[in-house]
Amino acid sequence: MFEKIGPSGLYVLAQADHGAPGQSGAAPAETHAGTEAHGGAHKAPFPPFNSETFAGQLFWLAIFFGALYLLMSKVALPRVQNILEGRAERIEGDLAEANRLKAETDEAIASYEKTLADARAEGHRIAAEVHEQVSKEADEHRARLESELNAKLDASETQIADAKASALGNVRGIAVDAASAIVERLTGRPAEGGAVEQAVDASLAR
Amino acid sequence: MAAANDPIHQFTIVPLIGDGALAFTNSSAYMAATVAVSVGFLMFATASRTLVPGRLQSLAEMSYEFVANTIGQTAGKAGMKFFPLVFSLFMFVLVANLIGLIPFSFTVTSHIIVTFALAMLVITTVIVYGFMKHGMHFLKLFVPSGVPGYILPLVVLIEVISFLSRPISLSVRLFANMLAGHITLKVFAGFIVMLSGALGTAGLLVGILPLAMTVAITALEFLVAFLQAYVFTILTCIYLNDAIHPGH
Repeated sequence: MFEKIGPSGLYVLAQADHGAPGQSGAAPAETHAGTEAHGGAHKAPFPPFNSETFAGQLFWLAIFFGALYLLMSKVALPRVQNILEGRAERIEGDLAEANRLKAETDEAIASYEKTLADARAEGHRIAAEVHEQVSKEADEHRARLESELNAKLDASETQIADAKASALGNVRGIAVDAASAIVERLTGRPAEGGAVEQAVDASLAR
Repeated sequence: MAAANDPIHQFTIVPLIGDGALAFTNSSAYMAATVAVSVGFLMFATASRTLVPGRLQSLAEMSYEFVANTIGQTAGKAGMKFFPLVFSLFMFVLVANLIGLIPFSFTVTSHIIVTFALAMLVITTVIVYGFMKHGMHFLKLFVPSGVPGYILPLVVLIEVISFLSRPISLSVRLFANMLAGHITLKVFAGFIVMLSGALGTAGLLVGILPLAMTVAITALEFLVAFLQAYVFTILTCIYLNDAIHPGH
């Protein structure tokens, strides 16, 4: 069906193209097409299954596919691989550099913080030291003052006690003298030596 | 004239230089173009070697990493020794498929002998590397562990058949997809010509429908071209994984 319609359709087309073709021009074309189709069908029914072409196709396929394999494996693919590896290395290198810089930054921050902490600790230490020294000095001062005051107090108390004792001693003598004088005036004769003293002592002891 | 409308004609192989069985044919020329485009693309795209890739270099790197990831996911790190082979296969199939989509061009991968040769290259690599690496242990590939003894012969038979059918399925899948896609394109495009020829102006108007189909199928064929290259690549990786780790 195809072959029948095909040439006739083309024949009509050819006529339209040429405008007014001579009968002699179209007829040989048709017969020529017919013989070609006939001859082709007779020689090779279906080109892909025509075993006459197999050897040639295999031969040239071996040559060209072999060439393709060699060019790919030796030239083209290593080039692409180089590009890809170069990029991977570059990215890796950049990442490593970034990590290194980050580590450096971290280190700097750590050392800064350490310095800060040290300074703070030193400050605390000095403050504590000064505080301690000051409070120690204050304590010493107070203790010295207290002891001085205590000494003065003791001295004063002794002085008071002495004064009191001497005053009391004087009172007895005065009392004995007065009592003796009173007894002499009243009795007209001096009092017996020990009696007046005994009486004064007894009344002082009360 | 018949050639213009014959959907099969695009697959014929004609000698360009020389004669006989090993003549340099249109197929050979397109193979050469495939190699030139694959290598040229990678070389040109990586010419400037910039740290921040441009569009082309990005594309080249994407293709590299795409294949590398495919191998890594299916065959693991050990599969990377096959990277040049897998990448060459991927690029060859992909570029051959894409070049075949250019109108009036020839599709290298639409010939079963080419896809079969590529599939046999994969299977041969699997077998040779498997025996070199593991010796007779490579045959464990056919003996799954944990299968009861009485059904083991059956399982081994199935495994052997499945292994032997791999090159066939691998090659026929690619070949048939390319062949069918190109025939479909040609048939639908041929409808436009036939309709206009048979019905004149009305035919040209109706011909818009097959034209739309042709455009849609062309888009689909671009997807198929990439998808088949990817399928070929990932199956290659899976088969290579069997050679690297024969135990199931």
